Amino acid sequence: MRTPLRPLARILQARQQGLNPDSIERENLKLRHDEIREKARGRAQFRLMVLCASFVMAFVAIGARMGLMAATEPLEPRASAPGAEIIAQRADITDRNGRILATNMMTYALYANPKIMIDPVGAAVKLAEIFPELDAKALERRFTDGRSFVWIRKVMSPEQMQSVHDIGDPGLLFGPREMRLYPNGTLAAHILGGASFGVEGVHSAEVIGTAGIEKAMDARLRDPAQAGTPLALSIDLSVQAAIEEVLGAGMTMLNARGAAAILMDVRTGEIISLASFPTFDPNDRPAPPVKGDPGDSPLFNRAVQGVYELGSTFKIFAVAQALELGFVTPETMFDVTPPLRIGNSKINEFEGKNYGPMASVTDIIIKSSNVGTGRIALLIGGLRQQAFLKSLGLFDPSPVELAESRSGKPLIPKKWPDIVTVTAAYGQGLSTSSLNLAAAYAAIANGGVMIKPTLLKREGETTGVRVMSENTATEAVKMLRGVVTKGTASLGEVPGYEVAGKTGTADKPKSTGGYYDDKVVNTFASMFPASNPQYVLIVTLDEPQDDTLSETRRTAGWTAVPVAAEIIRRVAPLMGLRPTLEPPAMDAVTAASN
Amino acid sequence: MRSVLYALSFLALIALGFWAYRENYATQAALKEVEGLQRQIVGLRETLSVQRAEWAYLNRPDRLRDLTTANFDRLGLLPMEPSQFGAAAQVAYPPTGVPEIGFSTDIQGTLATPEEGL
Repeated sequence: MRTPLRPLARILQARQQGLNPDSIERENLKLRHDEIREKARGRAQFRLMVLCASFVMAFVAIGARMGLMAATEPLEPRASAPGAEIIAQRADITDRNGRILATNMMTYALYANPKIMIDPVGAAVKLAEIFPELDAKALERRFTDGRSFVWIRKVMSPEQMQSVHDIGDPGLLFGPREMRLYPNGTLAAHILGGASFGVEGVHSAEVIGTAGIEKAMDARLRDPAQAGTPLALSIDLSVQAAIEEVLGAGMTMLNARGAAAILMDVRTGEIISLASFPTFDPNDRPAPPVKGDPGDSPLFNRAVQGVYELGSTFKIFAVAQALELGFVTPETMFDVTPPLRIGNSKINEFEGKNYGPMASVTDIIIKSSNVGTGRIALLIGGLRQQAFLKSLGLFDPSPVELAESRSGKPLIPKKWPDIVTVTAAYGQGLSTSSLNLAAAYAAIANGGVMIKPTLLKREGETTGVRVMSENTATEAVKMLRGVVTKGTASLGEVPGYEVAGKTGTADKPKSTGGYYDDKVVNTFASMFPASNPQYVLIVTLDEPQDDTLSETRRTAGWTAVPVAAEIIRRVAPLMGLRPTLEPPAMDAVTAASN
Repeated sequence: MRSVLYALSFLALIALGFWAYRENYATQAALKEVEGLQRQIVGLRETLSVQRAEWAYLNRPDRLRDLTTANFDRLGLLPMEPSQFGAAAQVAYPPTGVPEIGFSTDIQGTLATPEEGL
């Protein structure tokens, strides 16, 4: 209730007593001001308290939150649901039709924490029973020497895991692992290579490629953005299986130390099949050899790493170049009487034969004359010859996507005198890989365009560098067809597929210099069908010999050629290549009905 | 008037707080469910990859080759040959005329020789 400043009763009373009524008003005014001030002070105090309290609460909240965050395990903020997790860390590898060549499988690694083990001695004995390669004594020592972490196994089968569970020791622990699996076993082993564990932790381990395409394409296979899309190779699994079957059988039959085959699409450069023997199982990749010739190891890829003197298969390059330069025509005659003298050296024909006195360029190829090819090479000259062979990629390691291709560096003479010009023309004196030869033959087969060979499936058109005119290439293919129809590769004829090709028998160089008399590398470089070449097939056999007809034969015509012919007979239908001949058993056409 | 406004805004605050609380818990529940589903998907994916690996393993060319050899009596399968390519002219004409009503496919299967049937 508001008190009046001049209450009438008190004013009248003061007037009666003769006092100043204004003092009453002043006094009341002062009281009223005091009251207002008190009220304002109280309110201000309350506000300050509230403000203070909110500050305290805010700081306490922040402090508590900080304390909490510092004390707890870090956790990803869960503003949204996690995206679809991809189980495969490493992308699968498939063949050109999507059949799996390499995939991943979940398994477990076994480790132990001896600090929490109940019976380390008993567990060590039982583990050694489950895993025969473990030594119970050594394991026991590691369990009891006071360490708190022991790796026992990198991967194991579900049965083994169950057996470990059955031991029932709490100190035996499992860590999930993603394991690389090659379901086809040894098939395409040299292409795939292999994989192993890189950095290993308890919860996971990284899988890294150790060889082959697994190593060469490691970054692509590990890229998390592409983990869901398999890497499609140019390989055809059925063709690869057929080639490995035939090549393996041929190698056994001819007592060869090793063999290699490459089948390549001449237009796209895609390698349909690449096989090398002896082979291995990429699931259980053997350790690289520490002594002896690394070339004898099953890990050695003879098609890519192995550089050999490929012999007469090179002759077609000299002839093609001479045709390209306009120096010769297929009918030009050459004096092929042996020997061809270069300085102090004499060049002879194989087994002292004589194809002379004169032979046409076509006959030089068909009969595989060293002297004739030498004369053609001398016509071309060393510099031009080198440039041409280089343009065919024969002087560089193959650019294919394999980790081993870099080590397959061709061996090229440093100097190039006339004698090298002549020997190089028939493929002695310089070594290169079978894959390089396949790419160079593909350039002849596809009309003169050099295409980079690849193991990856290619989509659409492929472009390359033109190394010879289409005319030259056609003429060269015609000559190669002649080699099969009437030359050294007569066993290579496959009805319906018009095989064209060139044999090569090269003496193996000794490590001490010179050449072996009874050790050869046989090569058959072929293409089919000759009228419109689609595929190039190179078959190489290392130290083969054919003992069937009471004499030992080591020429490619008797070893590599029949193997190649059988391969073509088997794989051409698999690739949907229709034979040009009419099928023999033609049923009569009848209007049949019910 | 002002106190009514205060009261209303206070009520609105409580209501919003209640709504936010419920939304928060609903979100947490949804996230938990998604996580569960995700785990299920991962499990299924894992099973799928094992199945695909198994399929590839069972269909590896070596095994198929051995199987066709072992079952040659029944299947009579041989590697594909160039002579197996046929011409379109070799394919028989489709049966002419409309089959009788009530024609049973079972009967077609029991015909003794193929010449009688197709």
